[in-house]
Formats: sequence, C-alpha cells, structure tokens
Amino acid sequence: MSSKNPVRRAPRYVAEVDEGGLGAVDAVRVSERKSNLWLDAWRDLRSRWLFWVTSVLILFIIFVALFPGVFTNEPPNDNCQLSVSNAGPSPGHPLGFTKLGCDIFSRIVHGTGTSLSVGIIVTVMVAVMGIVLGAFAGYFGGWLDSFLMRIGDIFFAIPYILAAVVIMSMFLHDRNIWVISLAIGFFSWPATARILRSEVLRVKQLDYVMASEAIGLTKLRTMFTHVMPNSLAPVIVISTVGLAGAIVAEATLSFLGVGLPNNLFMSWGNDISAAQTSLRTAPQTLIYPSIALSLTVLAFILLGELVRDALDPRTRASR
Amino acid sequence: MSALPLLEVKDLEVAFKTADGIVSAVRGVSFDVYPGETLAIVGESGSGKSTTAHAIIDLLPGSGTVTGGQVLFGGRDLTKLRSTEMEDIRGRLIGLVPQDPMQSLNPVWSIGFQVEEAIRANGVATGKREVRKQALKVLKEAGLEDADRRLKQFPHQFSGGMRQRVLISIGLSAHPQLLIADEPTSALDVTVQRRILDHLESLTESSGTAVIFITHDLGLAAERAENLVVMHRGKIVESGPALDILQDPQHPYTQRLVAAAPSLASKRIQAAVKADKPLETAEVGGEGAGFDLATVAERTAASAGESTPVIEFREATKVFKIRTGGLTSVAFTAVDHASFQVAKGSTLALVGESGSGKSTAAKMLLGLESITSGSILVNGQDVSTMNRRDLLALRRQMQPVFQDPYGSLDPLHNIGNTIAEPLRVHHAGDVASRKARVLEVLDQVALPQSVLTRYPSELSGGQRQRVAIARALALKPEIVVLDEAVSALDVLVQAQVLNLLAELQAELSLTYLFITHDLAVVRVIADYVCVMEKGRIVEQSTVDEVFANPREDYTRELLDAIPGAHIRLGT
Repeated sequence: MSSKNPVRRAPRYVAEVDEGGLGAVDAVRVSERKSNLWLDAWRDLRSRWLFWVTSVLILFIIFVALFPGVFTNEPPNDNCQLSVSNAGPSPGHPLGFTKLGCDIFSRIVHGTGTSLSVGIIVTVMVAVMGIVLGAFAGYFGGWLDSFLMRIGDIFFAIPYILAAVVIMSMFLHDRNIWVISLAIGFFSWPATARILRSEVLRVKQLDYVMASEAIGLTKLRTMFTHVMPNSLAPVIVISTVGLAGAIVAEATLSFLGVGLPNNLFMSWGNDISAAQTSLRTAPQTLIYPSIALSLTVLAFILLGELVRDALDPRTRASR
Repeated sequence: MSALPLLEVKDLEVAFKTADGIVSAVRGVSFDVYPGETLAIVGESGSGKSTTAHAIIDLLPGSGTVTGGQVLFGGRDLTKLRSTEMEDIRGRLIGLVPQDPMQSLNPVWSIGFQVEEAIRANGVATGKREVRKQALKVLKEAGLEDADRRLKQFPHQFSGGMRQRVLISIGLSAHPQLLIADEPTSALDVTVQRRILDHLESLTESSGTAVIFITHDLGLAAERAENLVVMHRGKIVESGPALDILQDPQHPYTQRLVAAAPSLASKRIQAAVKADKPLETAEVGGEGAGFDLATVAERTAASAGESTPVIEFREATKVFKIRTGGLTSVAFTAVDHASFQVAKGSTLALVGESGSGKSTAAKMLLGLESITSGSILVNGQDVSTMNRRDLLALRRQMQPVFQDPYGSLDPLHNIGNTIAEPLRVHHAGDVASRKARVLEVLDQVALPQSVLTRYPSELSGGQRQRVAIARALALKPEIVVLDEAVSALDVLVQAQVLNLLAELQAELSLTYLFITHDLAVVRVIADYVCVMEKGRIVEQSTVDEVFANPREDYTRELLDAIPGAHIRLGT
C-alpha cells in the first residue's frame, strides 16, 4: 500500500445487482446479422441511392453494348450518304448525321461495345498481372521482390500513352480491340502491383498467416487462400476507376489517330476526332459522342468511389 | 486532508451516437476525489472507465457527448464550460497521461519541442531559455537520464518506458492539481511498469497532486490507490477503500473480478474432468471456483519428470542478421544456447520481457524460424533436419495459438472453415467426419454450434481465442504452443480461457509450451518455468521452486514487479 499522507476513507458503496444478474462471462451473442468485410461493404452500398443510380446506368451501358440492335436498326457505317453530311435530326435519325453522312445515334450505340470491351479487357489484364506479380513480390520478398519491382519501376517510368502510341504505330494494319487493349494495359500494371504488394506486406505480418503455415499449408497455398483475398480490396477500388481510365485511353488513342481503324470499328474517340473539323457548323457531331463517353466514365468512377468508401472503414466512420 | 473535494462527479451520463442509434456508455457515475488522493477506476474493456475519464476533461472521442450530470472541479461545472475555458483547465489544472506511449508522441517533433510546447501552452514559463530550463527540470523529475542530450532526440529513439516518462513529464509539466493516468503502463513490461509507477507515485506525492488512475488490473489498482471505483457496463458496481474492496468484495461482479485475478497467492488450476460438468460452467467467481481450488493435488514435478520429454531444446540458438544498410549486417543472437525439456502432459512456461527471445524460441519449435545451431527434438526427432513430409507430419502433432485474438483468424473465412482448415490440409477424413470433428472441438471449447457460419469480426476477443484453440485441437495434437495466448484478454475472460486450457490438458493429456510475460499467469497454468533474459535461459525449475526461492536477481525482479503480489485477496 502506498503510505500517503492522511488517507481519507471513502464511503463504501455497493450497487444493487442488476435485474437478470451478471450473465455468463463472455457469452456468445449470435442473434445479430452476419458480418465480414464484403458483407458489410455490400450493406453499406445497398443503402445508398447513388449506388443504385450508377448500377442502373452501368447495367444499361452493358445492355446497349451487348444488344445494339434493340436501340437502332440503322447500320452505323454502311448506309452513309454524303447528301446528309452534318445534317440535323430527322425522323429515324434523332441525333443527326456526321460529316460523312452516317447516323450519329447509331454510331454511338454501336461504339458502346468497343469502349466497354477495351475497358474490361484492359482492367482484367492489369488486375491479373498486378495481382499475381504484386502478390509474389510482396509475399516472397527478397530478390524476387527486388526483381519484379525494378521491372515495375521501368514500366512505370514510361508514360503509358506514349508507349501505347508507339505500339499502335507498330501494328499499323492489323489493329483490333485486343491490340489496343494490350497497348494500354501492358504499361499500367505496375500501379496495381505496387498497391497489392504493400497490402500483402501488411497482411503477411498478421498472425493468421503464421498460423496457417504452422497448420501445415504450403507458402503458395497460404498466399492464395489467406493473403490474397485479404489484400484485394484496394485493387478492386482502383480497378473500377481504372476501367474508366482505359475507356478514356482508347478514346484518346483513337482521337490521336492511332486507335482503332475508322471503317471497321465504331469508336467514340474516332468520332470525336473526326468532328473537330466541323465543330462550328455541326456541334452535334462532337457533343453527342462526348456525352456518351463522359457518362460512361462518370458511372465507373462513381462506382469506384462508392466501393472505396464501402470497403474503407475509415472513410465510413467520418461520414 | 481538506474538507472539500477537488473533483466531484455527480450522476455523469455519457452517450455515443452510432449507426444503430444512441448507445449510453456511462450511466449515472458519481465519485469524489480529494486533494492529494489517488483514486483508481477499475473495469474490463468496454466498462466505461476511460470514457468517464475523458468526459471529465472534455476529450470524448468522435460522437460521444455528456448527456447528463455534473463534473465539479473546484466548484466549477466542467461540462458547462466553453471550449476555450476548458483549454485553460486542461494541462494547467488537470494533466493527462495517455494510454499508449508508442502512439502518443508526435514522431516528427523532437522530445524537447513537445515538452516545451506543453510548458509554453500552460504559461508555466516564458522566454526561450526559461522554457528550456523548465523542460529539462520536468524531464529529470520524471526520471529520464541524460535529459540534456535526450531533449534533441526523436520519439523513435526512445523505448516505451522512456516515452512514458516523457508523457508523464508533459502531464505534470504545469503542476496540475489533478492527474488522470489512463492505463499508463499497460503497454510496458512489468519491471518497467513498476519503476515508472513508483516514480509517478513519489512525484505526485511530493507535489500533492491528486491522481485518477484507470486500469484493468485489480492488483495494480490496490497497490497504487487508496480508493477504488469498480465499473461494469457503464455503472459503478462498488466503490470504497481499496483494501476493503479487495479483501471483502460485496457485489457479485467484484467478487468475480477478485476471484479471477491471478496473483502469487493463486494455485495451479487443478482441472477436474467430469463428464456431467459441461465446459461452459467453467465459470469464474464464487467460492471454490477459479484459481482458489484448495485441493493441491500432487500432479507436479516428481511424477511428470520421469517420463520421456516430448519437447527437448538442446543448446538451440537463433542468430538474426540485421541489415544496417548497404551490404553490412550485424549478428543478433535472439536465442542463446537454450536447453530445456517438457514432459508429456505438463506445461512449461517460457517467461521473459519483450525482446527476451521467448517468441523466437516458440517459432523455432514450430518450424517457422530456422535453427542456427543446436537442435530441437520433438518426440526424439530432430526438427531442424526434417524433410518436408516429416515436417508436415510433425505439424499434425504440434499446433500453435497466437497472441492477438484480432489477428489470428482470417477475417474472410467463417468459423467452421477456419476450424476445418487443418483437417483439410492434412486430408483427415471425409467431409462428414470433418464436420463432426469441427462440432466436437467447438463443443470442447464451449462455443455453440451457431457460430459455425459466423465470421471472426462478430466474436469477442476471448471467443476468437477459443476458436483459435479449437483450430489447434482439430487434428488431435499432442503439443500446443501458446504464444501469449491470454495476454490480450480481460481478466475474467483470461481466467475462463486458462480454465479451459487446464481442463483440456487434463482431458486430452496435452503438452503445453506456454509463452508469457506475466508471471502471475504462469503460477496458475504451468508446472515448470524457464526465465529468459536477453536470449539466455537464466533460471529453470518447477513453478513452486521458482516462486518460493528465486535464485536469480532477474527472476526476483520479475516477481516483485507483479502488481499487488503481496496483497491477499479475499473471495
């Protein structure tokens, strides 16, 4: 006991026992709803109207891409007549005509598939490369980490639009969706790999990873069953935003004239590029494909932001 | 003793706004603190003890608000003050020593700057030289050696104990009338804790500062405070003179707490295995339960020592190469020629402070760290020379339970899958028999079947630790390595898990390697103890022997540092 100066003897107080007693020590309460990271994120998303707006918009875009015939019977390329060059709307042609006399509405509808395919192919490619390389680098460390990350640094140092322009110029005659996707995606995986690697570095310190190795799982199996799933959240967020970025990149390359060939593929970027010359006389040729591009990009960026908020408990707490 | 209380808390109510509505955290708490007196608030995590303290100085986190009652400090109601008036009181009249010394100092400013900042803010001294002089003075008073040089250093160059000394000097820099110490030493080693608290006590005593001491440790509270407030679910369940409460607890909750607190006076848990007594009744509290089972069965040293050792360390050594930048590295010996044996069905405790090498020793045994020299034998087989297949087979017999209940379970796997994982990995049985085994071990650790489809985030720390034990038991191992497995748990839950471990040991004749920094826990769970210091085993013997006649100074220091060791607890 401390030997402090005159000690006051505090009055003794004993509370009455609560009704229902103390209960068992550390009783299990499982009446509440189930909860883990993904379930909680889904609940958070579900309760927000903006999530439903963007979801409906994205589903609509996907539907347009899959079934363009539902929206227009007008062929985008084959029925162009110079007589209606840059003409305004007319019955059956709600948005008017391009300089070459093609139906703008039909071109936008048919261009959706191109934009979306490029976006999805690039995103999947970047995510797979980034996840695999980032996970191996982070989990196994050592020389493998140094090697993979230095390669990443080299790729990082090259501006990917510049690299894509060079690659597209190499494939002058056989450009298609796969080539342009490869050109965009091949130089953007290092960002994903870095993010995944840092997340893996965090997760691999946790006891459950050590526990899983002590149970007898191999390092590889531990990585796939425990480390990777727990490191994926930030990659999902940047992939959603990255999808929008890939769509913009395709439009940019097409705008620069090194994108998809004008006569074979409908591409919003191509149309925006072609519209430059008649911007003042026929602004509709520029405005409508631009709106389609902006709406699509906005939808994916918004979804990415919402997913990030839902997955990151810190931003959730501050709301 | 002055007639007027320094601080009067009257019917204090605090509530937090959450997504699920308003949750009240403190419900009608009243107590007085007189000048120069030390009052301890004791309770489990979530009992509202820290919230009460933070409400006094208006530093409630997030959405917390005082919804009722008064906090009278020298006659002024602190809950009614404007924030500028409150700033004037904080630091100058009421000091705070925060909980976590590792996170409570700003890493980008030097120690000197942070102490001087506190001094300047409270107007203790003005002028550069005066402030500097005062900063040196308070740091020296707080027991920081070589304060002149230390002033220019940064927090990362300080150990936990030194940081806590800095925080104490900041808290006391303005000579406040009241100091609130919120679990000031719970993150520190016991010996450091003792030195710091001794020092804090002599400081506040000489200056007549009143102290509100918040802790989860009853022994610590009894040793450091004259008066005690025991909180449970936001309410005071019992208050009064510390010794009276400990020796004659009246409220059932306090009785439970006192019974669960391990102390030197406790005995080894003698688990009686009875078929008719399900595990969930391994309830702490009340007479005859918990650690005070008076029956001292002679299931100790003599009988167990004769059987062949299940685990044997032979001069096992681990040297880490620490990179010092560039291509150079320094050798650091984490475990230095450690030799000991563990007999079947017994518990050996490895005890030491942080950095003593005890966890590294456990990881070497589990095959998670390589062995630099020497050998480790499990059932006569050398772990270090094993090939992959043998190692996998060995892992069936040897399972770990780790410290952090929040980190040891994969948050994305539900409990059923988590427990079944070792069975799947080792291809034990078919799907149906695995399911049956999972249910069986779940029953052994006294968890209901309803948790099978639940995720770790839905369970409390103690329950997660029970899941981790269930996972370890799934393969019917002989050896369980418990690395600080109960250190992060509240005392009642800790007692419950310890009881569970003892019962499982008796029932399944398990061998435990128990790693801990807490000698009081060793007393109740272990048969043998090895005391580690700086990688070396300095003393090893039976628990009774070490506690009765410690041979090494270091062991004695550890024993002395157990808070409340010499206070006899009543039940």
